[in-house]
Amino acid sequence: MNQMTEIALEHAITNVAPQVNAKMRGRDVNVFYGAKQALFDVNLDIGERQVTSLIGPSGCGKSTFLRCLNRMNDTIDIARMVGDITLDGQDIYDPKIDVVELRARVGMVFQKPNPFPKSIFENVAYGPKIHGLASNKTDLEEIVVTSLKKASLFDEVKDRLHEPGTGLSGGQQQRLCIARAIAVSPEVILMDEPCSALDPIATAKIEELIDELRANFTIVIVTHSMQQAARVSQRTAFFHLGILVEEGATEQIFTAPSDKRTQDYVTGRFG
Amino acid sequence: MTDISNNQTPPAAVDWASGKAKALRKKRYAADRRLRYYGIAAISTAVLLLGILIGSLVSTGYLAFVQTHVTMEVAIDPEQVSADDPASGNYRAIVSDGVQRLFPDVEDGGALRAAAGIITNGAQVILRNRVIADRSLVGQTIRLQVPVSDPYDQLYKDVIDRDLPENRRRLNDSQIALFETLEDRGLIEAKANWGLIFSSDSRFPELAGLAGAIVGSFYALLVCFAISFPIGIAAAIYLEEFAPKNRWTDLIEVNINNLAAVPSIVFGLLGLAVFIQLFGLPRSAPLVGGLVLALMTLPTIIIVTRNSLKAVPPSIREAALGIGASRHEVILHHLLPLAIPGILTGTIIGLAQALGETAPLLLIGMNAFLTSPPGGIMEPATALPTQIFIWADSPERGFVSRTSAAILVLLGFLITMNAIAIYLRSRLERRW
Amino acid sequence: MNWQGAVTGYLFLSIILFSLAAFYVGRSAGARFVAAEGASVHSRPIYHGAFAAIWVGLPTLLLVVLWLLFQDAVVRALVVASLPSSLTEGASPAQISLFVSEIRNVAAGRIFSEPRPEIAAAAERYASWTVIANWAMVVVALCAMALALYLARSRSAPRYRARQSFERALDVIMIGSAGLAILVTLGIIVSLTYEAIQFFMLVPPAEFFFGLNWEPQIPIRADQIAGTGAFGAVPVFTGTLLIATIALIFAIPIGLMSAIYLVEFANPRIRGVIKPILEILAGVPTVVYGFFAVLTVAPAIRQAGSLFGIAISPNSALAAGAVMGIMIIPFISSLSDDALKAVPQSMRDGSLAMGATRSETVTKVLIPAALPGIMGGILLAASRAIGETMIVVMAAGLTANLTANPLDGVTTVTVQIVTLLIGDTAFDNPKTLSAFALGLVLFIVTLCLNVLALRIVQRYRERYE
Repeated sequence: MNQMTEIALEHAITNVAPQVNAKMRGRDVNVFYGAKQALFDVNLDIGERQVTSLIGPSGCGKSTFLRCLNRMNDTIDIARMVGDITLDGQDIYDPKIDVVELRARVGMVFQKPNPFPKSIFENVAYGPKIHGLASNKTDLEEIVVTSLKKASLFDEVKDRLHEPGTGLSGGQQQRLCIARAIAVSPEVILMDEPCSALDPIATAKIEELIDELRANFTIVIVTHSMQQAARVSQRTAFFHLGILVEEGATEQIFTAPSDKRTQDYVTGRFG
Repeated sequence: MTDISNNQTPPAAVDWASGKAKALRKKRYAADRRLRYYGIAAISTAVLLLGILIGSLVSTGYLAFVQTHVTMEVAIDPEQVSADDPASGNYRAIVSDGVQRLFPDVEDGGALRAAAGIITNGAQVILRNRVIADRSLVGQTIRLQVPVSDPYDQLYKDVIDRDLPENRRRLNDSQIALFETLEDRGLIEAKANWGLIFSSDSRFPELAGLAGAIVGSFYALLVCFAISFPIGIAAAIYLEEFAPKNRWTDLIEVNINNLAAVPSIVFGLLGLAVFIQLFGLPRSAPLVGGLVLALMTLPTIIIVTRNSLKAVPPSIREAALGIGASRHEVILHHLLPLAIPGILTGTIIGLAQALGETAPLLLIGMNAFLTSPPGGIMEPATALPTQIFIWADSPERGFVSRTSAAILVLLGFLITMNAIAIYLRSRLERRW
Repeated sequence: MNWQGAVTGYLFLSIILFSLAAFYVGRSAGARFVAAEGASVHSRPIYHGAFAAIWVGLPTLLLVVLWLLFQDAVVRALVVASLPSSLTEGASPAQISLFVSEIRNVAAGRIFSEPRPEIAAAAERYASWTVIANWAMVVVALCAMALALYLARSRSAPRYRARQSFERALDVIMIGSAGLAILVTLGIIVSLTYEAIQFFMLVPPAEFFFGLNWEPQIPIRADQIAGTGAFGAVPVFTGTLLIATIALIFAIPIGLMSAIYLVEFANPRIRGVIKPILEILAGVPTVVYGFFAVLTVAPAIRQAGSLFGIAISPNSALAAGAVMGIMIIPFISSLSDDALKAVPQSMRDGSLAMGATRSETVTKVLIPAALPGIMGGILLAASRAIGETMIVVMAAGLTANLTANPLDGVTTVTVQIVTLLIGDTAFDNPKTLSAFALGLVLFIVTLCLNVLALRIVQRYRERYE
């Protein structure tokens, strides 16, 4: 294992130019679920205002790594993390760090759309309300409308803002969740297979949206679909068995991977 | 979609480090801690209340597991009792004589009456039973150990404070003095109170026991089990395995769920109006009690049985059907044997609930005052919980600790039954 | 009475023995078929046996049980009909039932004074007819079994589908058992309604439902009933509501908060310790809570009151309600626990990932999502509080006060039912009959609450499944 990790590290260091404008950096990240180790010494930089996709077969640790970036793993009793992850150079696992603030700055969108059982408006207003981002009702309305617009959902729901969010279609629900995440003005948005529960048309819309959001947000997306990674991301990281095998510009990963395993995966030989 | 320009407004950067933001977060964390404290407070309250409940029962009840006895000498005078007919002797005179022997110095009639008050009113009955059991005792002088009456029992257990002023005590100074001479002579002894379990009810707290109630509860539970177990299982099998999905079965299901939540006293009214008034079954009988309890336990058994049947994986059903077993054979040979641990566990828990049920038994008259255990399911009886109710209603001080002790006995039975259920579940139940 | 029990016991025993015998007869017949015809026999021998046994045992068993249940009613009716007209002429149903109990007492030998000759004669008839009925039952049962055995035996043949017949009989047993649930509900409704109608013929419903004065213990002469106004149940209803409300006020915060803590904050170890403790609270019989109220809680509340110079009734609604609250805590807690657990994990994740604290997640997302489940639980708890009997019988008062003051003593529907019916069996005066009217109201109210609550909970479960 160690040898493999070293190889992976070597690749990460030799093949990839260090990210100058890294928003987040992971250094020697190890994650354990109880006695089982899920991630081995992962080193990965997340570039600012870029889309980074994490790919790899199921159970390879890509979602685990994603959940480390906003400490969602803390909510699992048996999960334990060793290593450093920084946001703008600040260690996010520092005891002095406020996890509430961290999660506001690093938002998350989940695999299955999970709107709260509230109205569309209340779903988006939830974050600004709890974080006290709006000083009055007009402010709040403005935040909600802007967020819905940024999530390309406003036109579809503007007449029924006060109907339950659970009444929307799957794709709309997922965009609602994205709007909900945007509403607290995060710097980074983590997306955990955001399209896996959606049909192709809804998927296309989300992908288009991700591309638009890139201008303002740093985005990390976990995906099962290599086509999706190729379409939306600028950089791609390939995970396998808890090891970061290779990381690089998306084009390079898909056309000229330097690792045999990456090549096998992207050409569909396993996974 | 393209009409939304992403570049029009970059997201307003939130200053998370500003004083205002920090103060808000502090408030939010305080609210978080508050909710957590409320939760801990709520749970502590519940646990504390359980502690107070158990504590107050144990602290008043433990005294009743011990009974103060006095040892006296009685001469069984053949003139008062004949060996041929020991049942009809003048035992009262013999006991009075025994009291005189206990206090040879006391001659004053009033003082002697006070002295007689130390021993239980039931002493003559105890002596009579002893002589009936062994006729050769007639003509002999024997040492008889009898319970002391309730106030002296309380005195010996320090429930009555000897240092209180005389007018605030139930026993006056001279009564206490008489009792203390017996103490000094070593005739007073506190013994384990087996009578609590093996005697029947009595008007005198020092003699009252739970035997009748335990037997009555046993008979009632027996009837309850004999009726609700087979019927419950049959109904559950039908509903789970055979019933077509239609309005009737829906109605039956809604019915069963509702019956589980109908107040128990309503079942008592049903028992009174139907079993006693209409069918003319005897009042106060464990048969009627058991019938009423069976109706109440039935929904529980049906629900657990269905859940146990549901837990058997479909693969077993399919395998048995696949080799040509009929649906009935699949159930009798495969599903029921696999489901039986779960069914038994649920049944025991249901019976434990039935054991604690009081209100319906009061309505059908199982709160009679009876000094002997019932001889069968048709004879008048009490049950443990109704006995507790009767004692709790009795004015004598001694019944307070008896009631607590009876509750501890009832809780003991319940804990045992639940422990058996848990043991069965852990030993027999299979995880699929 | 005793010889009757013995006869019945032996009869049941002989039914079992006959069934066993029938089983062996049937099985050996089946075995002979197999020996004679081999594989062309339809059913295995054991099914021939089971088929015979079930046909011999079951109908007879049913017959005997029904006979036993209705024998007394029939004999009573016959004896009443045989009474000389000098006794029955113009007698009210109440007097008739008095005669009946007198006759039964005399017949059973419980004689306190020399009975009138008519009664003594009727008692003799009653006793002898009971004997005749008992022996008739034995004879009929034995004949029925012999007939059934003969029929079963004559029908069995190598090609006879004994297994199907046996299984059909099982089906009938099972359907009957399942139908019993409906029979019980029907029994409750019919018996309560029947007695309640009798009550309402004596006391107008308007008085019962709107009258403010409840004094059923006053002896009332038959011709004065309607005029006394002693059966106004409003104070009884308000007393019930007062105590149930106090109970819920105690139980809802504690139960809900403990559920929230257990589901959202506690680690599995704490959960593993606390949940069984709450289950113990749920398993304590209510008579124990009643005694606890009398022994500990009511005196404590009175003492606390006297500290502040407030006079508190020894059987205050507060004491009864508070103890009832303790009883309901585990109920609310476990139902809220279920409701909170049913909210999908993704809701929790969604909220936490927004940077919400645990408490914000609970109060702003989970509780709104779980509200139907929690409300259903509270409704069930309310139904339980209204129907709870022993705590109030022991700790609440007997006099019906129309008050909302929790420090006063009030009475409840269940208390009245128990006190009105204890030690009284004559079903002819408004006093005892009023208990059934109260019971009917109690049944209908709790039934509505239960149906509503179960509906809500069911819907809620389906939503997240």
